[in-house]
Amino acid sequence: MTAIFDTILQGVLLGGLYALFAAGLALIFGVMRLVNLAHGDLIVLAAYLILLIANALHLGIILSFLIALPLMFAAGYVLQAGLLNRVIGNDILVPLLTTFGLSIILQNAMLTGFSADSRRLTTDGIETASLPLFNGMAIGIMPLLTFAAAVGVIVALNQLFYRTALGRAFRAVSDDPVTARLMGIDDKQLFAIAMGVALTVCTIAALFLGLRANFDPTIGPGRLIFAFEAVIIGGLGSLWGTLAGGVILGVAQTIGASINPEWQLLAGHLAFLVVLAVAPRGLFPRAVD
Amino acid sequence: MALLETRGLTARYGDFKALFGVDFTIEAGETVAIIGANGAGKSTFLRAICGLLASAPESIRFDGEAIGGVSPARIVRRGIAMAPEGRKLFPSLSVEENLSVGAWSQKTPGYWTLRSVYELFPMLWERRLSPATALSGGQQQMVTIGRALMSNPRLLLCDEISLGLAPIVIRDIYAALPRIKQGGVSLVIVEQDIAQAMAVADRVYCFQEGRVTLSGAPAALSRDAIHEAYFGH
Repeated sequence: MTAIFDTILQGVLLGGLYALFAAGLALIFGVMRLVNLAHGDLIVLAAYLILLIANALHLGIILSFLIALPLMFAAGYVLQAGLLNRVIGNDILVPLLTTFGLSIILQNAMLTGFSADSRRLTTDGIETASLPLFNGMAIGIMPLLTFAAAVGVIVALNQLFYRTALGRAFRAVSDDPVTARLMGIDDKQLFAIAMGVALTVCTIAALFLGLRANFDPTIGPGRLIFAFEAVIIGGLGSLWGTLAGGVILGVAQTIGASINPEWQLLAGHLAFLVVLAVAPRGLFPRAVD
Repeated sequence: MALLETRGLTARYGDFKALFGVDFTIEAGETVAIIGANGAGKSTFLRAICGLLASAPESIRFDGEAIGGVSPARIVRRGIAMAPEGRKLFPSLSVEENLSVGAWSQKTPGYWTLRSVYELFPMLWERRLSPATALSGGQQQMVTIGRALMSNPRLLLCDEISLGLAPIVIRDIYAALPRIKQGGVSLVIVEQDIAQAMAVADRVYCFQEGRVTLSGAPAALSRDAIHEAYFGH
């Protein structure tokens, strides 16, 4: 009984990481209907950026992470304003191919720049610290922080979207970009801000990705799949749905892994397929499409 | 000097030419109605003015400056707002959020605020937290007008504000126009209902197949002249 509880708890906490992967993807799709196939690679890029800052400036990981946040926001703004705004439009295929190409370029650039060696982010011991629970069970500090970060990011994004003028403009552009222009909203500039926010969230995801496990330049597409599955399970109606999607995916994976270590990924994909079959629009679909 | 003037304004959708050299003026404080049959180019004319359709720079002058080819977002900042045909409210925003989004380009508060719009249309106050598209057609039209006013425009373009509404509702909406004019706004009203247009306008333009076929003060236009300008020979 304890073992089952433990498995589910670990799965829920793992879901926090997947929700962090997914939040930026959901935000971009929600605001500008862009499917960003380079999303996973951008998370890996952010992880390397944190590592690069730490090594170059001889700083701790947390401080390096804080420096990386505004840099990644700027990178997102420039990426959208300089490249993606040029291809976004009525045809959904062109931006899709552009981000697919971007994914390949990023992977190979990182391979050239950082080599194929596995790297990880390390702090002084927080990765292995844990809190004892009952019955000899323990809960890792790191997974707990990851989950708390996911909740924090979703709360913050909800505040941004539903409590600020900028968030109102995001939702207006998402509903109807032409009419939004008549309100004086520059939709292209908003898209650039949205991509900046998304890459900021990617950087938070990158911190927890790098502290939890090894990363190398090729793991981006795998993270993208998890993010996709979390978004689709959750539906596009609410960011809390994205967290629920991440948790369902995480629990399915840990249950699968507890039965047979080889079944971790398979179990996650099966859970995804089951949800897709039962509720094709996800658990929390958008009210208006 | 006219507030807005167009000279030989043309507009096209791809290969299809929709306006063939429209000359139009409106003075500050004036209300001008544009009438004409479906497809006469009335809505296209408004879309060109608010920048949704690109035009030759000098073909549209607002407050003495050439604005053809300026982006819609910048035109709003210069003081032209549009209540578009079909209302075009943002469905995922509440009534109040729809109104607030209209003030996006406002850096300093002007005469029109949430409070003054609610005074103009009191029933919107009661429904302010509802999704905008859950309102009745007439109330939605009020939100559309209020949303345009929130940018504190000097020129308000109203495209078919009575379309699909019951006569009593149309009366309510038109009753708000004098108060809007008191706030110092000039109005261009595109209207299919000729009687309604003649009743509120200082001057009327009649469009037919992308050209102005008649213009003048309502009292100076004979029934036959309007009939001919509206339908052609």
